[in-house]
Amino acid sequence: MLEIKQKARELLESGKAQVVIGYGKGPNNTTRAIFVRKPEDADKLVLDDTCVQNLALYIYKHEVRHFGKEAVVATLPVLRSLLQLASENQVKDNEIIAIAITPDNKVVELDSFAAIEEHVRLFNTGLTEDEKDLLKKINAMGLEERWAFWNKEFSKCIKCYACRQSCPMCYCPRCAAEVNQPQWIPVAAHQHGNIEWHIMRAMHLAGRCINCGDCARACPVDIPLNLLTYNLIEELNNEFKYTAGLSASQTYVLSTWKLEDKETFIR
Amino acid sequence: MDTENKLLKKASLQKLIEKLNADGKKILAPVIKGKRVEFGLITSSDQMADDYIVTNQSVKSVAFPKFEKLFSYEVTKEGITQADTGYSTFPEFVILGARPCDANALGSIGAIFNWDYHDKLYFDRLEKTTMISTSCSKCDDYCFCTSAGGHPGSTKGSDIQLTRLETGDYFAEILTEKGKKLTSVSPDLFETAPSVDKSKYLAEVPVKFKVDEAVAKVKTVFENELWLDQSLRCIGCGACAFVCPTCACFDIQDETKGKNGIRLRCWDSCGLSLFTLHTSGHNPREVQSQRWRQRIMHKFAYMPERQNVTGCVGCGRCSRACPVDMNIMEHLINIVEVK
Repeated sequence: MLEIKQKARELLESGKAQVVIGYGKGPNNTTRAIFVRKPEDADKLVLDDTCVQNLALYIYKHEVRHFGKEAVVATLPVLRSLLQLASENQVKDNEIIAIAITPDNKVVELDSFAAIEEHVRLFNTGLTEDEKDLLKKINAMGLEERWAFWNKEFSKCIKCYACRQSCPMCYCPRCAAEVNQPQWIPVAAHQHGNIEWHIMRAMHLAGRCINCGDCARACPVDIPLNLLTYNLIEELNNEFKYTAGLSASQTYVLSTWKLEDKETFIR
Repeated sequence: MDTENKLLKKASLQKLIEKLNADGKKILAPVIKGKRVEFGLITSSDQMADDYIVTNQSVKSVAFPKFEKLFSYEVTKEGITQADTGYSTFPEFVILGARPCDANALGSIGAIFNWDYHDKLYFDRLEKTTMISTSCSKCDDYCFCTSAGGHPGSTKGSDIQLTRLETGDYFAEILTEKGKKLTSVSPDLFETAPSVDKSKYLAEVPVKFKVDEAVAKVKTVFENELWLDQSLRCIGCGACAFVCPTCACFDIQDETKGKNGIRLRCWDSCGLSLFTLHTSGHNPREVQSQRWRQRIMHKFAYMPERQNVTGCVGCGRCSRACPVDMNIMEHLINIVEVK
């Protein structure tokens, strides 16, 4: 943790970065995102098991970007988000400095996508056994049972959009849910509106979700939204050998066509 | 009316629930739902959550649901026919076990819904609702009712308030005619009360600031950079507003199918970027810091000014629900401390 503070201080003192996005503590010993702009405030940074929020969404927040060059304390989901955002042309190479931790607990400064890609390869990026078990459980349900399960979960939704707002991949300035000519998705938090919203969001994340789990953590009514994305991650892995957020230059799997694709309809 | 103090024995509460159910009333009480405690319909006192600070979501949806039909319409050759929502069909609710902050908050929403227009939907629903609150014997680090004009045994907005005694029985304060009417379903259940020092059973919620001070200060800091500092981590969702017992903003939506349609009102939040977006594309609250400022200003400057109530009861729900740890009490303390 000391090294993180030192690195942040160094970056701010040298002027290499004007803001370090990292984790700090709130008054009830909670962990929260903090935005360090002065070298002397680098001491407020912490890094422990409670630092789970995906900070990547702050890099394009207007007020944060306004401070100047950004550095971010980057856990694996943050790094993968950066690569995914890069592949979607949302962030440029050398634009962000990632302060990352190697598997043997050393602090490293990654300032290019190539460096981030190399670093990410050191980690397991598949679903964990626990995640796979959850997925197995839900997929073991029959069609009707599963439909009933999701209907019950979605009925709790209050359309606060915390799932969307917490997601680094949901960066559209105007979400499909907010387009009203035509109105794609009913605004009201009734069953129809809720189901369409969550299914639409999941489909928009197919092949893009890097599995940080923030949508489910953010949900104030505990809808297990990450179960939807686990399934998408597994499907894409099984069908296309594709994992999101591993490379800044990978093309989007669901909009690329290859001669050797097994489907024949396009030939 | 003058408050009548009674004793409601633990076993009598169950009988009361049965009587009310038999009388056709729906009883909403805190129930455990997974990791959360939410209001749900009950038919027995065993279904009630026992150990909770406040429910995760507030009780406001009883009178201001997350979406509701305002009217339906049909386009015909002769013109447009319209049918109202059927006010008479609203069920009679008894809320059992809301906290004093929640009971108080329905009055704050009422002040908005009775400001320049009397909102019949809200008040008709409220009219059919009887509020039995339970005083708080404990609080957590997010509670700050005593800094927002309330306290753990406040009876404001309640028709009856119950305070649990060591015996498990309840000290019942019958506060309004509506409360009295409710007891009449079975008056024998409400026995003569012993002399009780209610304050002995109440949580001690530390006072963090004086509400008048916050109201006076917030008006002077409109241009202060603290809004930006506080809201850098805010991600602009509506979780705070939707769990808030006093947030009353809504959006009007039409849903049509062929020549038929319904008009709905749905919860909305000033924290969402679309909230103030004009059709021209201009947004007067372009960034999150302006939206966060609006949230606090509305509760602590505009509502006291226009409706003579504060728009915050200090329940702390917004802070508990916030995915990024925006803590309203901490931020209000910062505001009060501005030199």
